Amino acid sequence: MSLQTPLRRVLGLGSAREGTGDWLGQRLSAVAIAPLGLWFAFSMLGLEHGQYELVRSWIAEPAHAILLILLLVAVLYHSRLGLRVVIEDYLHGPALLIALVLNQFLHLLAAVSGIFAIVVIAVGSGT
Amino acid sequence: MAQADRPLSPHLGIYRWQVSNSLSILHRATGVMLSLGALVLVGWLLAVAAGYTGYARLNAWLAGPVGALLLAAWSFCLFYHLCNGIRHLGWDLGLGFERQQARRTGWLVVLSAVLLTVAFWLLALAGQGG
Repeated sequence: MSLQTPLRRVLGLGSAREGTGDWLGQRLSAVAIAPLGLWFAFSMLGLEHGQYELVRSWIAEPAHAILLILLLVAVLYHSRLGLRVVIEDYLHGPALLIALVLNQFLHLLAAVSGIFAIVVIAVGSGT
Repeated sequence: MAQADRPLSPHLGIYRWQVSNSLSILHRATGVMLSLGALVLVGWLLAVAAGYTGYARLNAWLAGPVGALLLAAWSFCLFYHLCNGIRHLGWDLGLGFERQQARRTGWLVVLSAVLLTVAFWLLALAGQGG
């Protein structure tokens, strides 16, 4: 006899509920990062010696700014999930809790900072 | 607690080292390295947004010996993690699970990552010369 409610049984999720969400998110972000990461890496080759004006105007290009924000969000989301697994494997007790919280906060901070910087560059270069 | 007695896996000390587990560990190591790279990327964007002075300092550091070594490492990490990530996505689709296939794709990933890294830096050096 099952102690599960009929709804529980029909949903077929077992005890997992949303457990597969992070797994799927890790893979979907990977699929996004593969082309975006290659695009970014090889685009950097065109910016000779990283000259300031060249770099700034490249980022300010609307298509580049949009793709950069997408890359940043996908990378930091992927990194947050990946690092969380590493932290869960190697840390225990209070250190685990502190590291998990720092992991969340730092990735959010990085994402907001990065997007802010790209927007500032894109908007500021118009004038 | 009973939890403390649960077996942990894998025990690295008794594991026979082979291409598959080495590449698995390398996937994790390059991933951690790329996470640090993502933070530097954000710092680089903030420096560009902040203006010329701070950017010039960061750019000079990246062009120096430590920066160049880090950039070389990050490029390899990116290409390796990307190639091995595609291998992982194949496994998620149920492809290439046979031991022979897993070894072959493993070496293919190593070869591809090295070739991509070399090609990337040859292009970089060619661009700077011309």
